[in-house]
Amino acid sequence: MGQEILIIALAYLKAFAVGGGICLIAQFIINFTDLTAGKILVYFMLAGVVLTAIGLYQPLVDFAGAGATVPISGFGYLLANGAMRGAEKGLFYAVTGALSAASAGVTAAVVFAFIMSLIFKSRTKRS
Amino acid sequence: MTGKTTENFNSNYLNYIKSQDPPTQHFKNCLSAFGVGGLICCIGQFIRFMLEYIGLSGDELAGTTSVVLIFLGCLLTGLGVYDRIGRYAGAGSIVPITGFANSVTSPAIEFKTEGWIYGMAAKMFTVAGAIVVFGVFSGVIVGLIYYFI
Repeated sequence: MGQEILIIALAYLKAFAVGGGICLIAQFIINFTDLTAGKILVYFMLAGVVLTAIGLYQPLVDFAGAGATVPISGFGYLLANGAMRGAEKGLFYAVTGALSAASAGVTAAVVFAFIMSLIFKSRTKRS
Repeated sequence: MTGKTTENFNSNYLNYIKSQDPPTQHFKNCLSAFGVGGLICCIGQFIRFMLEYIGLSGDELAGTTSVVLIFLGCLLTGLGVYDRIGRYAGAGSIVPITGFANSVTSPAIEFKTEGWIYGMAAKMFTVAGAIVVFGVFSGVIVGLIYYFI
């Protein structure tokens, strides 16, 4: 029982360290360049795709769990992973695999954003 | 006025602004980004454990975790809470998947006044569109490379 708690605590610690670390790198880049939020998102997503394709991101996911999949680079991991698994099945699945794997995230974002825009009004930004 | 002096004016003005800007607090910024980003990932890990507990696994588990996080991101954006977190956390709130949800929901709500089709629906993808475009394109390239080698 005690050991089980230790494993769970360690999983949270690893998720915190790796996820926080990825955000730290992004903040560092924002501080020293004038990249906007949108560009940061795209670059980190592409970094996730490239790192997955050359096989470096999978060990990070195995190590940190949500710490590696929750940041936007995890979205790139999902895309690249889907494409790589699709490539084993055939040409059609190699092309469609990426978006199929990411379909849950994109669908959720569109549907929930739609619902929220029905419910909420835009508000003036308070500082 | 010639182009050269205008440039001078511009650079003088930019220098003036820079001298008046409060200095960027690198250490504090990075620390809050690390803390908030790590915390969001811990919430993700918690959701993962909970979903694992009710019997999900593999792709279903990973997908549902993102869906729950995206829902939370959209809801907090709608409530106006996420902007406040973002002002404090910077990249800590942008980089997690909840930041992606924020970048979709925020313009959708804001441009609702311009109509449903050209406002809400079209503006929804101002930032997320770039992510989807580059994501799909790079994904297809990766798929093709892996297929042909």
